Amino acid sequence: MPSATASLPLASLVDAGTIAARASSRWRPGLAAAGKAALHSEVFASPNEAAGAGAALALALDDWRNLPHAGGRGDAHAGTHAEPDARPVLWVQTRDAARLSGRPYRAGLPKEMRDRLIHVLADTAQDALFALEEGVRCRDIAWVMGEIAGNPKALDFTASRRLTLASEKYSVPLFLVRLDAARDLSSARMRWDVSSAASDAPRWNAHAPGAPVWRAELFRARGHVPGEWLLQEQGGALKARREREADNDIGALNWTAGLQRRRLSQQA
Amino acid sequence: MSARSGDLGSSRRILAIWLPAFAIDRWRIVTREAGGEIDNGPLVLIADTAHGPRIEAANRLATDAGARRGMMLADARTLCPEIATAPSDPAGDLAFLEQLAVRAQRWGPWSAMDEPDGLLVDVTAVAHLFGGEEALLEDVRTGFARRNLAIRTAIAPTAGAAWALAHFGRAGAIVDCELEPALVELPVAALRLGSDVLTVLRRLGLKRIGAITTIGRDALQRRFRKRKVPAANPLLRLDQLLGRLPEPLLPVIEQHAPLTQRRLMEPIRHRTLLDQVVSDLAGDMAQLLESKGLGARRLELGLWRVDGEVAVRRLEMSAATRDPAHICRLFAARLDDIEAGFGIELLRLRASWTEPLALAQGDIEAQAESPGTSLATCIDRLTVRLGPKAVSRPVPYASHIPERAQRWKPPLEREPPTQGMLEFHARPLKMLDTPERIAVLYASPDGYPQRFRWRGGVHEVARVEGPERIAPEWWRERGSVRLRDYYRIEDERGRRYWIYRQGIAGDGRGGPPDWFLQGLCA
Repeated sequence: MPSATASLPLASLVDAGTIAARASSRWRPGLAAAGKAALHSEVFASPNEAAGAGAALALALDDWRNLPHAGGRGDAHAGTHAEPDARPVLWVQTRDAARLSGRPYRAGLPKEMRDRLIHVLADTAQDALFALEEGVRCRDIAWVMGEIAGNPKALDFTASRRLTLASEKYSVPLFLVRLDAARDLSSARMRWDVSSAASDAPRWNAHAPGAPVWRAELFRARGHVPGEWLLQEQGGALKARREREADNDIGALNWTAGLQRRRLSQQA
Repeated sequence: MSARSGDLGSSRRILAIWLPAFAIDRWRIVTREAGGEIDNGPLVLIADTAHGPRIEAANRLATDAGARRGMMLADARTLCPEIATAPSDPAGDLAFLEQLAVRAQRWGPWSAMDEPDGLLVDVTAVAHLFGGEEALLEDVRTGFARRNLAIRTAIAPTAGAAWALAHFGRAGAIVDCELEPALVELPVAALRLGSDVLTVLRRLGLKRIGAITTIGRDALQRRFRKRKVPAANPLLRLDQLLGRLPEPLLPVIEQHAPLTQRRLMEPIRHRTLLDQVVSDLAGDMAQLLESKGLGARRLELGLWRVDGEVAVRRLEMSAATRDPAHICRLFAARLDDIEAGFGIELLRLRASWTEPLALAQGDIEAQAESPGTSLATCIDRLTVRLGPKAVSRPVPYASHIPERAQRWKPPLEREPPTQGMLEFHARPLKMLDTPERIAVLYASPDGYPQRFRWRGGVHEVARVEGPERIAPEWWRERGSVRLRDYYRIEDERGRRYWIYRQGIAGDGRGGPPDWFLQGLCA
């Protein structure tokens, strides 16, 4: 390898590496197909809108559909005789979260998970964390949703680390919606901040609210560049587009520039 | 009609035994055993009610004098002043009837109590042991006569027919496949109906069972379509009588709940020892259940303390299980608040509710591949810690009021079959437990709010869809309940809500209508 590196001009090598790093490090929908989905995500949202739960569900569904061997959409190319994944979904809420932002309503859920929802109402944050961990340890659960209001003492870095390790050990994804919470320490692999965005006008009634759109800011992630996207479910798949192209590129450049510097220092 | 009843009738023979003077007969037996005087004159058994003593049973002489069951004692005394009384004992009667039911198993493999004063015995294919059905009835008669119990008996292909013949037919009736001719002449009371239904039938002029079939089935079907209980619906009872509908009977068979216990030489006072004993008990219980092919749904652990106190911990599982490790883990959460006192000397584990659970080979490969727990295990752990109400799943319910259209059921229960819902309108992802009132700051002339305040923030409505009018359920709610006009809105920052106006101005059901926010759309 050293001889091959020596024969190539250094600039072109770095450039190619930067491009590759930039392409691979940017989050995009459907990462689960490559086995690169984060198993523990946190979604920060306001309790006065359902954007947090909606976006978390959309992200979870996106991962689930793109699972390599199970899942609804993955079947098409993985093998037609594989039976569809009908494992239930655990949705844990603390009583505070349920009071603030309501309970899930079956008729409004995505069609795939209407008959698969198991709801857990926990009195305290400790109980909710116990339920989340039990859910993550269960092999018959497709994914776990959690909703916790505020910054309870029980949910510290140790607790989140515990959840991360459990979800990675048993490979059950966990999406924790944090309502009305400050961005405290956490070991979640992806941390989003989500709010509602103006929806596209529906085709047949331009005055009506359209399909939901969320403004999702990925502010902390392992292995991904932070960025901001507009998320939307379109034709049974999650679509992400960027509101301002330039901002994201600068973020990516800064991140890859750091990578480049590190690589140069290693070569030196 | 008889074609269907024929093939069913040939398969079963039910013996009905009716003890017409059961309470009086038993009173005589008990009194004679106690060495007392049995009745020579009129005698009634009485129960105390809020309006004074009421007659529960009367002997022959008292009946001749005019005393009837259900009459007040004071009324009977005016007819027959020399009437003697004794207290009735319904609990004792029931226990005695249960004894008789167990005893009646000498004539057939299983028997059921027919409260308050009858027995049903399945004598299918056993009559030849007694030399035919007549001889069987003779045997029954002598058996009860020896104990001074008056009876009437009948054998018929269905329990209903046997009951009807024993109560209203000729004594010792035996009916084969030809059910209908034997039953048409019986009074409608032979259908085992409630008194209010009998009154209705009498007013309709239907006195005999045969008369019911003459007026047409659909007419009766219309009249009694709301009555789902057999005792309130003559058609159901008629079908049961003729064997067109199955009639489950509850046989008196002793059920032994699997039970394991440990009597301890040295009373235990420490938690580690307690856990050890509980895991021993769970292992024993697993073996016991496995030998019977059962799995436990409910377990009761009783802890007897040296000083006489008893603590019982109950555990209910979402699916039948006999895994000792799982049982131990669930109990471990429940044993934290046990007071050991001077020590626990006896532990007993009892499976009070079991379900069949076939033996299954452990799938070693699958367990190694996916190390997590199973769903039933996970839900058991959650319910044990958070309480049985905390874990649930939403199921649809037939109602168009949004908050009524969803109910919460235990998570592993089978979903009830429902008609698919019509999805003309989008529904919110989440619903608030109670709709929250919003203050409309500026309403557009069309009727929906342009600007409103909710939870301290002002929302400017940018897009709106509606109204979707949902009327109150007049068959359930009071007439003053107001209708709702639902709007799906999106505010200037893209937040989507589901709001409604309760009532319309000038509907005569209160003042100006209020606005509420009920749902949060994704």
